[in-house]
Amino acid sequence: MAEIWNLQRAQEIIARHKAQEGPMLPILHELQDRFGSIGEEAIRLVAQSLNITRAEVYGVVSFYHDFRQAPAGRHVLKICRAEACQSMGGEDYAAALLHSLGLEWGQTTKDGRLTIEPVYCLGLCACAPNAMLDGQPRARLDATTLQALAGEAV
Amino acid sequence: MRIFVPRDAAALALGADKLTAAIAAEAARQGVEATIIRNGSRGMFWLEPLVEIETPEGRVGFGPMTLADVPGLFADLPAHPKALGLVEAIPFLARQQRLTFARCGVIDPLSLNDYRAHGGLAGLERARGMTAEAICAEVTKSGLRGRGGAGFPTGVKWETVRKAEAAQKYIVCNADEGDSGTFADRLIMEADPFLLIEGIAIAGRAVGASRGYVYCRSEYPNAIKIFNEALRIATTAGMLEGFALELRVGAGAYVCGEETSLLESLEGKRGMVRAKPPIPALHGLFGQPTVVNNLISLATIPYILAEGAEAYAAFGMGRSRGTMPVQLAGNIKHGGLFEVAFGITLGELVNDIGGGTTTGRPVRAVQAGGPLGAYFAPSQFDTPYDYEAFAACKGLIGHGGLVVFDDTANMAKMARFAMEFCAHESCGKCTPCRIGAVRGAEVLDRMVAGHARPGDLDLVKDLCETMKFGSLCALGGFTPYPVMSAIEHFPEDFGGAPLPLAAE
Ligand SMILES: Cc1cc2nc3c(=O)[nH]c(=O)nc-3n(C[C@H](O)[C@H](O)[C@H](O)COP(=O)(O)O)c2cc1C
Ligand code: SF4
Ligand code: FES
Repeated sequence: MAEIWNLQRAQEIIARHKAQEGPMLPILHELQDRFGSIGEEAIRLVAQSLNITRAEVYGVVSFYHDFRQAPAGRHVLKICRAEACQSMGGEDYAAALLHSLGLEWGQTTKDGRLTIEPVYCLGLCACAPNAMLDGQPRARLDATTLQALAGEAV
Repeated sequence: MRIFVPRDAAALALGADKLTAAIAAEAARQGVEATIIRNGSRGMFWLEPLVEIETPEGRVGFGPMTLADVPGLFADLPAHPKALGLVEAIPFLARQQRLTFARCGVIDPLSLNDYRAHGGLAGLERARGMTAEAICAEVTKSGLRGRGGAGFPTGVKWETVRKAEAAQKYIVCNADEGDSGTFADRLIMEADPFLLIEGIAIAGRAVGASRGYVYCRSEYPNAIKIFNEALRIATTAGMLEGFALELRVGAGAYVCGEETSLLESLEGKRGMVRAKPPIPALHGLFGQPTVVNNLISLATIPYILAEGAEAYAAFGMGRSRGTMPVQLAGNIKHGGLFEVAFGITLGELVNDIGGGTTTGRPVRAVQAGGPLGAYFAPSQFDTPYDYEAFAACKGLIGHGGLVVFDDTANMAKMARFAMEFCAHESCGKCTPCRIGAVRGAEVLDRMVAGHARPGDLDLVKDLCETMKFGSLCALGGFTPYPVMSAIEHFPEDFGGAPLPLAAE
């Protein structure tokens, strides 16, 4: 579970990575892991700590698909939309799931329970279609098992 | 009793952890003393989770295993409903030439003793007795070409970095593996991580580099975990001899697999592609001379050093020397990793080895080389797996992925996806890629929906030409290949007449 923003914790994270070469991505990853997103306070703090502009940090955060500026739902289901998963019907299963939840790609259920995001390949392409729930991979899905997977996250 | 249950991500995605717990519980219940080893995958994914039991005759396999199949493991083994016999006699494995992947699935990935007992470290030990120049020459002589996509001779790249003068040089391992249909890098990281560490240590000696990074995509949490563990073990054991190696995690940008974008990302910036020259070999990470190699290129080095360049070069055809880990993926019955000498035909790979489609329907198309690679039609199945032969078909081998589609595939949709993917992943530096791909997807959208306007097909072809010649890197430059190959081989999906049967 993500914690609420805590300046001191954030400073500790930054301090731990600051001596590394190119510390930006390791810092952003850990801030997001800890606090669930990289908000305005985090961007300002990183800029100040690494002695670069806020715009530079913002530029990095916005470039990478992994980084979010607003928190996701309590659970994140990443469904693979790349070619190998398409070849096994993944797109239809995903579309059916989104439809049943009334969501578009990238959206979160109203109760904040689940965010559904696209991912382009999980390296499980010989057992497609695939998805990853909160970092745990699932393979050989079909319409039913994908629905069930989305229901597992409570 | 020694039992092997893979800790590979695909096996985990199919329930390997629950299976392990069930096997342990059943063994305890029956009072059988069982040691469970979490190996990597053999790369036969249609059989995962593949459980192996050591017997006096060799390791026998059971798969794909379910929880219901567990009690049978403690009864008459040959009568088990999932019994596969000796694992190494399974034709898919027996027909391979595993040089790089020889240990995958065999050993405990985190046992340095296992690694050594199965021939590990022999390459590094030989390299220690050689000059840097001799190591580079050995790699050049092996004919090894980069396995990340561009196929550039690895030895030539190393020699350039070796000759460059700088206080700090770097080895950067590209483990971004963004191509759909590929998992070879992941397999090494999860099944034989010391192999990569050994390859990097040799590279460091060869070019005089003392620092290195493995840049791994964030979509591989299991590989990241196993590799980091292996790195700690290797460092403690002194395997790296002071070479400072660190794993860095990407952040979901496909373009960061492009080597200069990757370097920008490692430096902590947006992954904007750099113009070349200067080449990374001379002006790479933090401006220093840098070897950027694909993970498989580096993982192939220990074999070359241990067995000699000639032994490696004895495999293959033409200018494609050695072996390639071909990754059979998508709608294919026997999906997995098949390491084989270059020269085997595409049709053999898809039909004989892969067994055709999972759905049992006819194969319609095969995308070779990831999202920037061409779609091949079955009429091209006699093409030998070789860099030049694929290039002659306007295709590419890339990182070795083959994604199979059955006859329900809509190739206009696939062409549209290629454009959409390019638009989604573009770094934004060049207009043809950034804008062209968006326009391409729009036009193809109309065609897929059946509202094509006159001239739409020509518009797509024009866009492809512009992208091909006006793009700085292969994201914009090669997206036209899947699009144009789909149009060429499957015209009926774009409102045209199908190709005559003779051409099929
Ligand atoms: C858009 C794009 C994505 C790429 N992705 C990868 C990748 O994921 N892994 C990789 O090794 N090379 C990738 N490459 C190729 C690299 O730029 C580079 O050629 C390679 O890492 C060099 O290593 P090698 O000579 O050992 O193949 C990509 C290239 C482009 C244009
Ligand atoms: S082709 Fe696309 S991804 Fe490559 S440099 Fe140009 S804009 Fe960036
Ligand atoms: S394409 Fe979906 S896991 Fe690779």
